[in-house]
Amino acid sequence: MSMLEIKNLHVEVEGKKILNGLSLTIEKGQVAAIMGPNGSGKSTLAYVLAGKPAYEVTEGDVLLDGESILDMAPDERAAKGVFLAFQYPVEVPGVATMTFLRTALNAQRKTRGEGEFSTPEFMKLVRDTSAKLGISQEHLRRPVNVGFSGGEKKRNEIMQMAILQPRLAVLDETDSGLDIDALKIVSDGVNRLRSPDRAMVVITHYQRLLNYIVPDVVHVLAKGRVVKTGGKELALELEAKGYAEFVGEAA
Amino acid sequence: MNVELRQVKTEAEQALSVTFKDARAALPGKGDVAKLREDAFSRFEARGLPHRRVEEWKYTDLRTLMRTAYPLAAPPDAAALTRAQQISGLFAGVDRQRLVFIDGVFAPDLSDLTEDAEEGVSIGSLAAALAKADPLVMAHVGKTVATDDVAVALNTALMGDGAVIRIGAGVTPHRPIHLIFAASNDRPQASYVRSLIVVEKGAQATIIESHEQLSAQVNSAVELVVGDEARVDYIRTARGRGLQIATLLASVGAGATFNTFAFAADAELVRNQAFIRFAGENTTAGLRGVSLLRNKDHVDNTLLIEHAAANCQSREQFRAVLDNDAHSVFQGKIVVKQHAQKTDAKMLTRALLLSETAEAYSKPELEIFADDVVCGHGATAGALDPGLKFYLMARGIPEQEAEALLIQAFIGETVEEIAHEGIREALIVASLKWLGAR
Repeated sequence: MSMLEIKNLHVEVEGKKILNGLSLTIEKGQVAAIMGPNGSGKSTLAYVLAGKPAYEVTEGDVLLDGESILDMAPDERAAKGVFLAFQYPVEVPGVATMTFLRTALNAQRKTRGEGEFSTPEFMKLVRDTSAKLGISQEHLRRPVNVGFSGGEKKRNEIMQMAILQPRLAVLDETDSGLDIDALKIVSDGVNRLRSPDRAMVVITHYQRLLNYIVPDVVHVLAKGRVVKTGGKELALELEAKGYAEFVGEAA
Repeated sequence: MNVELRQVKTEAEQALSVTFKDARAALPGKGDVAKLREDAFSRFEARGLPHRRVEEWKYTDLRTLMRTAYPLAAPPDAAALTRAQQISGLFAGVDRQRLVFIDGVFAPDLSDLTEDAEEGVSIGSLAAALAKADPLVMAHVGKTVATDDVAVALNTALMGDGAVIRIGAGVTPHRPIHLIFAASNDRPQASYVRSLIVVEKGAQATIIESHEQLSAQVNSAVELVVGDEARVDYIRTARGRGLQIATLLASVGAGATFNTFAFAADAELVRNQAFIRFAGENTTAGLRGVSLLRNKDHVDNTLLIEHAAANCQSREQFRAVLDNDAHSVFQGKIVVKQHAQKTDAKMLTRALLLSETAEAYSKPELEIFADDVVCGHGATAGALDPGLKFYLMARGIPEQEAEALLIQAFIGETVEEIAHEGIREALIVASLKWLGAR
């Protein structure tokens, strides 16, 4: 059984059709890159997988391990192992990063019928994970993302991913707003999480990120559906030729 | 002619007239005090209960909300005092000196008086002080901040008992002083309590005023004199049924630090008003509050801050969380006198609406006569941010818990400003309890 099966997905946002019969299968252990021009539906796909309200599925289905997730609330999907690294992580004033992480981790574990982490176990996990991503203790005490730079926010997303250990990680333009050093730190963080039991969907506009996170497969999205699938060399080809061919073809 | 001719008195106004007529001979204080009462009552009679066309009371129309005026509470008997002992307040876990008033009357047996008395702190009852025309009380009562507010006039006319506290120069009591006003029963009854607190030069005190009531009408006024270079943290809380009008009249000296925090949770009908005058230069003040309201709760925080001296800084931050059909009101008026240059005054009010039918009213006013000042205000009202909620849920936090966390954060940002750790924790616990009942 494939880990993720997206079947003929049609999605509307505020009456506007964005995904238009998108079908895609992702296997366990696979890192799949999704590339495409602006407005092709990449971020919409990410949000639909995570269950953002106002993204209305009008047709099709999304199966995680053979089970439809479309009727599940975002928190239930998270407990099943879906994780979205946001393109624009939000600032959460008044909620300390540590409190947020612990609440999220324990909520997921509770939903799955697992025991809560003890405080020392949790502290060790966070300390080890944050150190690898160059996130200071001071950042952990501060409210989630408040006053963080773009790069710090992205690192924080990857730290959350490393702590929550999802089965399906969706990275929405994780490279945007990162300088080359930050890109490397973030990519290393993602690569450490590659595992035969985990699938990753890496959404990006540029090929650059894929030099660091090397995909097993590349899907090209245009006008709300997959128009081409290939190996990692497809990304290089797109970098050279641009998306013009697909934008024209789908029109 | 803009004098309103009042030919018809409401039932409540008539009842108040009868109450005053019947009670005035027995109310504490003769001579000057009696005259103070008569004058105050005349001011009330001339204007009646404030209503929506009185700008300061626009959103809390007492004429409509106070259909009847309850009779004055009888002094508590032994059974009432026993019942009152069972009232467990928000600050049970905080080490503090309690001064308990039951049905508006000082209850020394329930208070912490003799044991552990603080050096340089004197505590007494207002009724006793008025009866013997105590010089401290006579020097201050009715004089701390000038106001023509009708609720204050009624309080002055009918004031029965209250606390008289003097904290000597340079004295820092080692624990907060807690004024507890509680009703011993759920009979409809009214009490008019008046307190005077004088914090002398360089003294530092944390004072709590809490109201625990069932179905009473309570009109409380506190006159607070903050001396030069003194520091006062003043916390007041309101809970329970009934009508509560709590007025704080504060005069703040030079170089002083003055913080207030008004907390209301599950309070049916509350008018918190503060009249604060910066009388000396270089004062710093933080005036904050949180209201947690549901059902048909109505809480009105009205402030009048007068910058009468230069180089003072004031910060106002009020937040309300409203569910069901609750109403919150914030009225903040900052007056900067012509010579109060370099005033730095900012106010911010935010309301979090958890239902479609809750209503938040916000009315900031700036009246500036000086030309070199920094003054600003901001107001927001809205639902929980769906983007924030989704972010939390996408991390596995269930909807209810995500909302609670966000509301808690909204409240916490203001509560965090309370300096006293025990009080801060107690109010966080009270907030969580309110959230838990959602």
